[in-house]
Amino acid sequence: MLGNAFLIALREIRRNLMRAFLTVLGVIIGVAAVVTMVTLGQGTTMAVKSQISNLGSNLVMLRPGMGFGPRASSAGVPNFTQRDVEVLRDQVYGIEAIAPVKSSSLSTIYRQKARSTSVTGTTPSYFTINNWKIAEGRFFDENDLRDGNAVCVIGDTAKQELFGAEDPIGRLIRIGAPNSSSSSSSSSSKKSSTSSSSTSSSSSSSSSSSTSSDTVYSSTVQVIGVLAAKGQIGMGNQDDTIIMPLTALQRRLTGRTSSRDVSQIAISAKEGSDSERLVSDITALMRARRNLDRNKDNDFNVFDTRQIAETLSASTQMMTTLLAAVAGVSLLVGGIGIMNIMLVSVTERTREIGIRLAIGARAREVLLQFLVEAVTLSCIGGLVGIAVAFGLCVGISKLIQVPFIFDLKINVIAFLFSAAVGIVFGYTPARRAAALDPIDALRHE
Amino acid sequence: MTDARLIELRKITKTYGVGDAAFQALRGIDLTIRRGDFVAVMGPSGSGKSTLMNLLGCLDTPTSGQYLYQGIAIELLDADQRSLLRRQELGFIFQGFNLLARTSALENVELPMIYRGIPRAERHHLAAEALASVGLPDKLRNTPAELSGGQQQRVAIARAIVTSPSTLFADEPTGNLDSKTTVEIMELLTRLNQERGITVILVTHEDDVATYARRTIHVRDGLIASDETKPS
Repeated sequence: MLGNAFLIALREIRRNLMRAFLTVLGVIIGVAAVVTMVTLGQGTTMAVKSQISNLGSNLVMLRPGMGFGPRASSAGVPNFTQRDVEVLRDQVYGIEAIAPVKSSSLSTIYRQKARSTSVTGTTPSYFTINNWKIAEGRFFDENDLRDGNAVCVIGDTAKQELFGAEDPIGRLIRIGAPNSSSSSSSSSSKKSSTSSSSTSSSSSSSSSSSTSSDTVYSSTVQVIGVLAAKGQIGMGNQDDTIIMPLTALQRRLTGRTSSRDVSQIAISAKEGSDSERLVSDITALMRARRNLDRNKDNDFNVFDTRQIAETLSASTQMMTTLLAAVAGVSLLVGGIGIMNIMLVSVTERTREIGIRLAIGARAREVLLQFLVEAVTLSCIGGLVGIAVAFGLCVGISKLIQVPFIFDLKINVIAFLFSAAVGIVFGYTPARRAAALDPIDALRHE
Repeated sequence: MTDARLIELRKITKTYGVGDAAFQALRGIDLTIRRGDFVAVMGPSGSGKSTLMNLLGCLDTPTSGQYLYQGIAIELLDADQRSLLRRQELGFIFQGFNLLARTSALENVELPMIYRGIPRAERHHLAAEALASVGLPDKLRNTPAELSGGQQQRVAIARAIVTSPSTLFADEPTGNLDSKTTVEIMELLTRLNQERGITVILVTHEDDVATYARRTIHVRDGLIASDETKPS
């Protein structure tokens, strides 16, 4: 009986293809919208997660400053000291590695090319904490740090911009104050850079704090390694960076202006450690070291990338759910469209129903025919919608550079939902058709 | 030979509406129709002939009285059982042909067999055969819109006889046809009656058409006014 109903329903659909197409258009659009939204949303979540894990998955960052986000202010807030780093390493349980970070935006010059780049002074453990991989050459090591060697490791973008296709390893670049456009001659020298410390000569005046307005000397530094690219994250480009030993940065470029010249502390947590506990321990210790009263707010921030990752992926997931819900409404409207057309079609086909009843169709066979017709239409709509969504996802994910993740679950759910739409919205018209009296139906004009 | 009695009506009444608005369309019909007969039911409009036809065709049930079709008490059957009886035993043709639009002649003729669950190959074969027997062997793929009125009625007849029914009900089958086509259709019905032994019950108001029948029943005011059988 179901087979017969299916055969009859298919013939009915074939008899009026245009009507069938218009009927299912709503379902096609609804299913396509839902599947596209969810698929792209999952791709975005995935992209956010992988970018954050690029940062270093168990990374905790300590920065001076009050508050968070747009109201954050770092004015008048003291930096950290080298001693803070030591105390944290010795006293807080769960720290795998810790590195002091001092960053400033400085001008870099290689031959005729000059550009402003973020220059970071730190210790070798910074590379493991931040999950950096070396692409060419080597990282600087403890010896370089101890001796304050004028060496640096450059990011992929910095390499492209300064050297282009040239091999940067062993080359000398000049780093200095953003506006110091002088001295571009030394770059052609291929000699080791240790001798170039003498260039930091003039103007030894220094201010008490180590913000970017400090006097900056310039120095020639040798490139010893190129970092593997990490890609864009948010607005910042992590690859536009130059990393050198903290001692070298202090001695040759910024000068050791005060003991409080560590602008950030990067910490990696031990695998499997409780990151919330770690953050609260660090916070408590730092409050004590900075003599903050109980009623005072923190004058530093502790960022836990794991928490940031969780927050970000939770918010993209919520966004996805919201968009999918909106798209779901269009699927519902599509279902109402099916009901509308089916109701009209029952009236329009009253005579046909009469013929079927006279020929010997039972009421339940007429009901089944109309129900199967509605479900078949909505299922076709679901399949076409999934195909459309597939195309859209492939196209859009390329356009907005989000990975395309085919999720079988959402496709199956969308398809079942479209079938359910057919049953729910096809039932009323089918009941109406089956309730017709054969004599009245035959007399219907 | 009791088997010869195909249809038996006893004191059949049919009332539409209730209370003051009630209208008695049939007021006590007694009628026996023998297997293989060719009966014309005549009468002016409002006489009750259409009501009688609907009852005989098991599309409706009587208000009172007894209707036996091959000994089965129709008034005791529910709508589904009557559907099954129509499917197995009865064929219908109508004044307006009542073919499915935008559907080929072959598929129209196949329709009752789909409900009977006859397999595809057999269905095709029987439908083509039925269309050939009504003189349309080359119109299998044509839709109703591509056929003349006479051809459409032939398709309808093919659809009615393809399941080999015991009775064929024809409700004003020539009402929409010209006189030449009318003769063709009536000759076809006569042939089916004679060659296949199908009982034909015909409703008409045209005397010319009624002459093809062996037996003519006149209905007036819900009662049988006359019942004549031609001497064979």
